[in-house]
Amino acid sequence: MTLAVFFGCAFIAFGPSFALFVFTIAKDPLRVIILIAGAFFWLLSLLLSSLVWFIAIKASNSQDLTLQRGLLIFGVFFSVLLQEVFRFAYYRLLRKATEGLAAISDDDGSAISVRQMAYVAGLGFGIMSGAFSMINILSDSLGPGTVGIFGDSQYYFITAALMTLALTLLHTFWGVVFFEGCEKSRWWVIAAVVSLHLLVAGLSLLNPLYEGSLPPVYVITLATGVWAFFSSGGSLHSLSALCTRRKAEGESS
Amino acid sequence: SPEFLGLGCVLCSSVEQKIYVVLNETVPCVRLLNATHQIGCQSSISGDTGVLHVLETESDLDWILSSGPHPPYMVIMETAFFNRSVMMRMKNSSRVAGVAVIISKTGLADNFSPHTTCPNQNTGVCSYGSDLANCNGTVWNPLGNGLSYEDFSFPVFALKDENQTQVLRKCYEDHNQRVNGSAPQYPLCAMQLFSHMHAVTDTVTCMRRTDLQNRFSINPEVLCDPLSDFNVWTSTRPLNNSAKGHAADESVVIAATRLDGRSFFWEQAPAAEGTVSGIVTLLATIQALYPVTQEAPPPRNIFFSFFQGEAFDYIGSSKMVYDMEKNDFVIDMNNVHSMLEIGQVGLLSGRSLWMHSDPVSRQNKSVSEMMSRMQSAAAGLKLTVNHPSVSQPLPPSSFQRFLRARRIPGLVLADHNTSFTNRYYESMYDDAENLNVTYPSGLTPDEQLVYETDAAKSLAEVATLVARSLYLQAGGEENNLNNITADPKIVAQVLYGFLVQKNNSWFRSLLPPEVTKKGVNSILSPGPPQFYIGLGPRVHGPAHSVTRFVQYILANLTGTVTNLTESQCQNPSELSTENKDLFSYFWVSGPASVNSTGEPFCVRASVRLSEAVSPAFELLEYGSRNYSTWTESRWKSIRARIFLVASRELEMLTLGVGVAVLLLSLLVTYFISSKAELLFSSARETPTTTY
Repeated sequence: MTLAVFFGCAFIAFGPSFALFVFTIAKDPLRVIILIAGAFFWLLSLLLSSLVWFIAIKASNSQDLTLQRGLLIFGVFFSVLLQEVFRFAYYRLLRKATEGLAAISDDDGSAISVRQMAYVAGLGFGIMSGAFSMINILSDSLGPGTVGIFGDSQYYFITAALMTLALTLLHTFWGVVFFEGCEKSRWWVIAAVVSLHLLVAGLSLLNPLYEGSLPPVYVITLATGVWAFFSSGGSLHSLSALCTRRKAEGESS
Repeated sequence: SPEFLGLGCVLCSSVEQKIYVVLNETVPCVRLLNATHQIGCQSSISGDTGVLHVLETESDLDWILSSGPHPPYMVIMETAFFNRSVMMRMKNSSRVAGVAVIISKTGLADNFSPHTTCPNQNTGVCSYGSDLANCNGTVWNPLGNGLSYEDFSFPVFALKDENQTQVLRKCYEDHNQRVNGSAPQYPLCAMQLFSHMHAVTDTVTCMRRTDLQNRFSINPEVLCDPLSDFNVWTSTRPLNNSAKGHAADESVVIAATRLDGRSFFWEQAPAAEGTVSGIVTLLATIQALYPVTQEAPPPRNIFFSFFQGEAFDYIGSSKMVYDMEKNDFVIDMNNVHSMLEIGQVGLLSGRSLWMHSDPVSRQNKSVSEMMSRMQSAAAGLKLTVNHPSVSQPLPPSSFQRFLRARRIPGLVLADHNTSFTNRYYESMYDDAENLNVTYPSGLTPDEQLVYETDAAKSLAEVATLVARSLYLQAGGEENNLNNITADPKIVAQVLYGFLVQKNNSWFRSLLPPEVTKKGVNSILSPGPPQFYIGLGPRVHGPAHSVTRFVQYILANLTGTVTNLTESQCQNPSELSTENKDLFSYFWVSGPASVNSTGEPFCVRASVRLSEAVSPAFELLEYGSRNYSTWTESRWKSIRARIFLVASRELEMLTLGVGVAVLLLSLLVTYFISSKAELLFSSARETPTTTY
C-alpha cells in the first residue's frame, strides 16, 4: 500500500517502544543488555511453542479446516503459557544476576533495581513480540496493493499496527506487575497476568471482527497500565505532588 | 464476495497471498528493434499499475481518457475496440497505464491486420522506379493498420484464457463498476503489468552496448538478440553438402515458400492463410513429385526451400542469397535456372490462381515460357491460372531477394490478384477458421487428423498444379504428368498438425523418441504451433518447433528407411555404404500402436537445415539498409497481478496517525522519565532483598 502506509504503520506499532528506548534505556548499557536478553527469552519461547504447533500441524490432516483452526487456537494458548513460563525463568535469572552485579559494582549496592529490571524485561518482551507480529506485514505494505481482494477488510494494516502497539505496552506492564508479584510472593498476581494474556490472545482470534477485538484490548491495556503504575511505586499522592510542584514552578516563574 | 475466485486461501500463511492474485497466463507484446527504430511495448522497471476499467462502449473511452477520477487506468479492451484509432488515442494519453486486450471471436471486426500496408517495402527488389516502389502501384495489405510497428510506452498484454478474463471482469464488477453514473468508491480493483525491456532506441545502440558489456564486464549482460533460426531445404537429386560454391553440371529450379509469421503479441502467430497454406502446398508438392523424379528424373534438379524469417525483411532468403554469392552454399546463382514461389494460396476464389511476375523481367521470354507451362499443367486440372497486369510489381516474396542479386526468371503463385484476400494478415486471427478448416463435431482427434476438409482438397489440387509445373519447368516429359498427384490425406494430416493440434499421432511417429517423451516443455505441447521465428538456440533443441516438424515431415516423405542402429544413425560416416555428404540421417520414433510405443528406426534423406540469420550480423553492419537488422529485446520478468488499492486519503490518514502517535509517545515518555523520581517516589529500595 505504498510508502505512506509503511511509515504510518511502522510509527504506530513501534513509536512508543522507540520513545521508551530512546529516553529510558539507551543511556544505560546495563538496561540495554537486559532488554536484549529479554527479547531473546521471548524468542526462545516462541521457537519452542511454534515447534510444538508445527509438529502438530504436520502430523494432522491438512485438508480438515476445523482441525487446523482448532490447532491454531491450541497453538496460541500454548504459546501464551510458554511465554509466561519464560518470563518467570527470566525473573529467576535476573534475581541471580543482581547478586553478582552487586558484588562487582563500585557503589555499595546494585546499579539497577528489580523494579527497573522488571520494566526493561517487559519492554524487551514487548518489542520482540511486536517485531514478530509486524515486520512481515510491514514489508507487504510497501507494495502497491492493499488487503481486500478476497473479502478481507481493507483496514488490515492499521489494525495490525494498533494491535501490535497495544501488545507491546501490555508486555511492558505485565513485566512490571509479574516481577512485583514474584518479589512479594503474591501468586494471584501471576495468575491474573496469565489469564489477562490468555484473554488478549483469545480476543485477537476474534479478528477480523475488529470492533470486538481492539477496543477491549485497549481497555485492558489502560487498566493494566494503571495497575503497573501503582505496583511500581506510584500513587495518587505522587501524582498530585507532580501537579502541585508544577503549579508551584508555574507560579514562581 | 469472491469465494468463486477459487483462488482464495483459508489458512494463508502469508499476507502477500491475501493481497495479490497472480495471473498465470500472460501473453505480452515485446520490443523489437531494427536499424533505425524500436517497435512494440515497454513497461517501467517496477511495473505499471492502474485502476481497472473495461472498455466496452464509447462512454468508457471518454471515462478513461478524460472524465474518470482515478487515473491512470489499466484498460481491459474488448475485441471490437482493438483498432488503430483507439490505440493511438491511448498512446497519446497520459491517463493510460497499460492495456489488456481480450482476444476472442465475439465482436471481432470483419478484418484486422496489425501489419503495415506495404510489407517489407525497403528490402525487396530495388529496381522499381518511384511509380512502382513503396506500393505506389498496388497496395498489398490495404487493411493493415500498422499497429505492430508502433512504439508504445505502456505494456500491452493479450487475454487469451477465458477463465482468467472472467476473474478480471468479476473483480471489476465487484469494485469498479459505476453506479448510476457516479464514480466508484475506494478500494478499487487494480492491475499491475511487468514487461520491462532492456534494449532501447535501435539495433545499433543495443548491439554496441552488448559488445561493450561482452568486452569489459565480468558478468556480461546481453541486451538484445538477433532474430534467427534455420531454413529447411531439400532436392530431388541429392547435393553434396561439403562441396560449397558452384556445383558442376547442375541447373536447378528453386521452389520456395516461407516458414514464419507474426502478430502484435510475442510468440503468437497462427499464420494459417499467410504461411501454413504455402508450407502445406509445398510439402504436398514434394510428396507428389518424389516417386516420379526417382523413376523418370527430369534433366534439371528441383531444389525445395522453406525460408524462415521472411516477415522480418527476408532474413532466411537474404542469408541464402548471401551464401550463394559468397560461394558458401551447395549451389550458387549460376546454378539457378528459375524460381517458383508459393505465396498465400489458401483462399481461392472461383478456383483461380494468379502468377505474379516482375515487370522488368517480364520482357524476358523465359518468364512467358514458365507461365505457359503452368497454364498447360493447369489445363488438366480444374484450376485456372491467370497473370495480373504486366505493370504490376511482385508481391512481398522471397523471390524479390533473388531478383535483387540476379535477374532470374521466376513466378510467385498466389490466390490474390492485386491486394491480399487475407483479411487477417499477420494477426492472431489468421487461424484455422480463417482458412475454412473446420471439422464436424463428434470426431476423435485421430479421426480429425485424417478427415479431408474442403480446404485440404483445394490445397491438394494447388499442390498437384505446382508439382506438374515444376516437373515441366525442370524439363520433364509431358506424358508423365498424370502420375503426379498430391495426396489429400497427407495434406489433411499436415493441416491438422499445423492448425489444430501438433501433438498428434502422426507427428509423434515422425519425431525422435526423446522429443516425444519429454514432459511439459516439449515442442509437442498441446494446441497448434506458433510460427514466430524467435531467437537462436532454443530450449527444445537446435531449431524452432515448426522448423523441426517440416524437417522431419520431409524426411518421412522423401527419405528411405535404413536398418541402421541408433549409434550408427548418429555416426553414419563410419559405414562405407552411407554418405554423410549427400544425406542426413534421422532416428525417428515410428508409428505407435495401441499397446506399444513403436519401434524407432533410422531414416536417410537429403534434407538439410541452413542457418537463417541476417547477413547484417555476420558483417557487423547493424545499421545496414540492405539486410534485415531485426533484433528482439531481452527482459527479466514478464508477469501480471491484480489487487485492490486504497484511497490516497486513507494512506495519508495512516501516515498522519503514525506521526501523531510517534510524537505523542516521545513527548509523554520524555515527560514521565524526567519526573520519574517524583512519580515513583517509593521506588527506592535496597536491591539486596532476597527472594
